[in-house]
Amino acid sequence: MSSEEVRTSSQPAAAAVASKTEALLELRNVTKTFGGLTAVSKVDLIVRPREIVSVIGPNGAGKTTVFNLITGIYEPSSGEILLAGRSLAGLSPDKIVLQGITRTFQNIRLFNNMTVLENVLVGQHTRLKAGVLGSLFRTRSVVAEEKRARERALELLGFFGTALVARQDEYVMNLSYADRRRVEIARALAADPKLLLLDEPTAGMNEVETLEAVKYIRRLRDELGLTILLIEHKLAVTMGMSDHIAVLDYGQKIADGLPDEVRYDERVIAAYLGRQSETKAEDDESAAEEA
Amino acid sequence: MATFLNLLIVGLATGAIYALIALGYTMVYGIIELINFAHGDIFTLGTFVTIAILSMLGVTAANPPSTMSWVLVSELALACIGSFLFCAVLGVLIERVAYRPLRNAPRLAPLISAIGVSLVLQDVGKLWFGNTNVSFVSLPIGSVQMGPVNVDVINIFVLVVAIILMAGLQLLVTRTRIGRAMRAVAQDRDAAALMGVNVNLIIGVTFFIGAGLAGAAAFIYSLKFPNTYFYLGFEQGLIAFTAAVLGGIGNLVGAMFGGLIIGLIYSLVTLIPATVLPHGGNAWNKAVIFAILILILVFRPSGLFGQNTPEKV
Repeated sequence: MSSEEVRTSSQPAAAAVASKTEALLELRNVTKTFGGLTAVSKVDLIVRPREIVSVIGPNGAGKTTVFNLITGIYEPSSGEILLAGRSLAGLSPDKIVLQGITRTFQNIRLFNNMTVLENVLVGQHTRLKAGVLGSLFRTRSVVAEEKRARERALELLGFFGTALVARQDEYVMNLSYADRRRVEIARALAADPKLLLLDEPTAGMNEVETLEAVKYIRRLRDELGLTILLIEHKLAVTMGMSDHIAVLDYGQKIADGLPDEVRYDERVIAAYLGRQSETKAEDDESAAEEA
Repeated sequence: MATFLNLLIVGLATGAIYALIALGYTMVYGIIELINFAHGDIFTLGTFVTIAILSMLGVTAANPPSTMSWVLVSELALACIGSFLFCAVLGVLIERVAYRPLRNAPRLAPLISAIGVSLVLQDVGKLWFGNTNVSFVSLPIGSVQMGPVNVDVINIFVLVVAIILMAGLQLLVTRTRIGRAMRAVAQDRDAAALMGVNVNLIIGVTFFIGAGLAGAAAFIYSLKFPNTYFYLGFEQGLIAFTAAVLGGIGNLVGAMFGGLIIGLIYSLVTLIPATVLPHGGNAWNKAVIFAILILILVFRPSGLFGQNTPEKV
């Protein structure tokens, strides 16, 4: 309710424009319960094409659960998730990738015993056709497809400059943390998504790397025409690049609006300040994770 | 010296068969961390299917062919493909019925389920061919003189077929879309699914190929050895499993080398004279192999080619 207030009261112009564009992703009244615990409660969210939208909130607010619901790891207990007007209900994660949603992970989940290039090739899995027999007999079409796939993978790595292209045959575990984040994005891009979900894309990065990440996230939208939904803890990062920000607290959406509106929203301030000790603990946690 | 060289070749050929069976254990373990106890019994049924197909074509142990002909070669090829496909489909069915429903259950559940399937398959074998030894067809293939050694051609044939199959598998796994998906699922099933990989399909393909290789192994076993019975696969399976553990379970190259090493040991142990071990080495080969298994587990639990993989997140 409060979110609607924010939207209607303070951004009439944006709302008018927005209502003309159809939502790419829409969450309608989505709830997820685990046993007696309600992780996500009646969340509405609209992401329009070529928007960068952030989901923020204190630890345990249900942000990653929302991502897991969108990508099909969990099925909503109630409510509906739509991509370009079509319900994603009942689709398995791999089918949702086919619909055009891919993601990265908070704690990078690359395939460590594969090379940089191979990781990106796995990302292209749905876009390739080779079956077992064709692969075994290496038919001409399979060989040609494999060649195209490699070229495409290099092109995607090239999005991040020449450094990753040069290291294409290295195992990903030998890469720096920031480079691994880049490879993970390249892998997610490989499936030709319409919507890219980034789960804390700058976690564990230093300031320079964070600034660079902000730059390439913007380029993902501006150059590749992607729509981006991201979870982010560094408020400065989200404030600077988001078209709008949804704030979750205890599984509920307590605010949704332009960065400046959210920043001064009383409930948001209360949610963050009220549990500052926790936020701090979480920072320590992620710092420990990096180490 | 000639005896030694001969045992070496026999050992390699036997080892190649173990390697093919070991690949099935290691592939399944790699992808769903299950020791597929039914795998050896799939191999047994492969030997039975080989006999059944050949006898349908009129090639029986009672009436063995006297000369090699192209007709006979094509009949053998048919038996090999038939055994491969039968075992492959059986493997997929077993996964679908007995393992997939238990995929998220505690790990002991699918293990017990696998033992159950193993017992069921043994009984199927017993119903089919009875509780006795069943002879394979002996082929009119002679031997060739290679330097100082007189080698049975069949050993060379077994080695060649096994190497072709293993090379094919290696290419499939390292160079193709399906192989990449298999490795991805083996490493992080959820992340693979979120990259668009159909996990159930890929696990099915893994069972298809792993069990199919056991079928092919059953066919070449039938060329090299005199007979089979319903319990054969259980015993051979244990040895092949040892080979997989020796190489590092989950590691394909490890299973191949593990199989060859076990085959060589199995064969060379025969050289130990009766003065050293009562009744000679031949009576001890299984004991030696399992002693090796224990030693590996104590001193190198991750196997020769295995790495200590970090805990999954």
